[in-house]
Amino acid sequence: MSERARKFSDRGTSKESAAVVEAGESASAQVQRSDHDIESILDEIDDVLEANAEDFVRNYVQKGGE
Amino acid sequence: MLVPKFCGIETEYGIISRGVEMSPVTASSLLITAYCGDASRIDWDFAMERPYADLRGFLVDDRLDPEIDHQMVNVVLTNGARYYVDHAHPEYSSPECRTAFDAVLYDLAGDEVLRRSMDAARNILRKQSAEIVVYKNNSDGKGNSYGCHENYLVSRSTPFSEIVRFMTTHFVTRQIFTGSGKIGVENSNSSDVSTYQISQRADFFEEEVGLETTLRRPIINTRDEPHADSLKYRRLHVIVGDANMSQVATLVKIGSTQLLLAMIESGAIPERLVVQEPLSAMRSVSFDLSLNKPIRLEDGTTETALTIQLALVDAARRWCASLDAKVVKEYRWDEVIAEWASLLDGLSRDTAEVADRIDWVAKKRLIDAYRDRHDVSEQDVRLKAIDLQYHDLRMDRCLAMRAGLKEIVLTDQVDLAVNNAPRDTRAFFRGEMLKRWPDHVVTANWDSLVLDLGEGPLVRVPMDEPGRGTNALIGGILDEAATPADVLRLIKERVEQEDRSTRG
Repeated sequence: MSERARKFSDRGTSKESAAVVEAGESASAQVQRSDHDIESILDEIDDVLEANAEDFVRNYVQKGGE
Repeated sequence: MLVPKFCGIETEYGIISRGVEMSPVTASSLLITAYCGDASRIDWDFAMERPYADLRGFLVDDRLDPEIDHQMVNVVLTNGARYYVDHAHPEYSSPECRTAFDAVLYDLAGDEVLRRSMDAARNILRKQSAEIVVYKNNSDGKGNSYGCHENYLVSRSTPFSEIVRFMTTHFVTRQIFTGSGKIGVENSNSSDVSTYQISQRADFFEEEVGLETTLRRPIINTRDEPHADSLKYRRLHVIVGDANMSQVATLVKIGSTQLLLAMIESGAIPERLVVQEPLSAMRSVSFDLSLNKPIRLEDGTTETALTIQLALVDAARRWCASLDAKVVKEYRWDEVIAEWASLLDGLSRDTAEVADRIDWVAKKRLIDAYRDRHDVSEQDVRLKAIDLQYHDLRMDRCLAMRAGLKEIVLTDQVDLAVNNAPRDTRAFFRGEMLKRWPDHVVTANWDSLVLDLGEGPLVRVPMDEPGRGTNALIGGILDEAATPADVLRLIKERVEQEDRSTRG
């Protein structure tokens, strides 16, 4: 496994099963937790978002496919 | 008749080059050859490809040119996938899978192949400090779309009109959990740059049924190219879906579609659920973030996308209860239904509950929070940058990977799936032959391999049955054989033995 892949896996949450709603946690508790999480996610977005958003969006041009 | 529901996902990735001027075709070719190195000498075989055969029973004669340029890079991977340049995009077509869970695994393996390709290409371009970057999305925001197609094996004996009626309903309404979300509207009637909609693809559908994939796209694509025994099977080629970053979204997208096709084959689909005007419904669902717009059905009643999906998951649950439990377990349909129902329950209560599993909800949450924190307008270009960068496959740039999405597949499993085919479909034979005797595999295709045995003429090995060539059936033979000639001899002996025992 590459170093970057390992970093990604450390970030993960429940990986053992497809039971994705943790037992014992109410829906509203989950929403509250996610309000808290979003602040740290936004900090990360500020770090990694394309520095020149204008150029990035303008230059993101694709040929049609399929 | 219920036929095995083999499935797979083909993804065309968005591609840009940075720090170097390069056409998207060149960039795509470089990416693939950088990854494959020497393995790129094993070609794809076009002899059996018929992209213009129509499921409605005719061949479109005036367009017999293969859509794929023979000169373009086109390779087969040891995990049974095909990796090639399609139009101006790198495309990964997963191997045949038996369950939706495996379809998720091999979709993620494709993302990892692209990531490793980016690393290999960056190494080649290091002197220029240039790189090639890929995006797992379906639109550039400027009116150009590229696809994430799904494939499902269905019975030839099921009337195609039944598939059209009921799958159209599913495709129009499943957007509420398959949508990857986007800012903007991309069709001739609008150039709105700030509206957020659920689906990346809904803007691009202009027909209900048809053969096209690149213009006047139809909700139901009629390409009749089963890549298997054409007397027994069709392959439903689904072109309406969004590429998903969320594993759970991919799982439920594939699993629900697989289930509903099996139900159509068994006559277990709720007859009432036929959408009256699917094209306009498709758009209205994509713009209905509150999930309460009525959709008119053919019987004159109205439902919403959500209530239709709730009725479908309910019907699926009832149908599975009537099946042999072994069949349900084999396809893991019980788990699919649990995930499907859980997404719909979350959407019914509060979309925030599914921000960890549905892409359009997860992306919208990032965009809204960013807008609030930085107090920027709806039109701010940084919001569109977030929309695009959500799909950036680079680990250090991908926003989806930072959005708190649930994972259902282990990273170690993905690493294995990059090089190893599913063991329970014919992809196993394709992948293992390539892995064990790469010098003897001249070309490969979905339904055949051409082998060079070292002497005598080349031999084409037909693979018309997607459920044969599995580890259970030929794993022992592959281990016993020292050469590809041995493999063919041992298979022949096995077949003769079976013939004798069935006759005797």
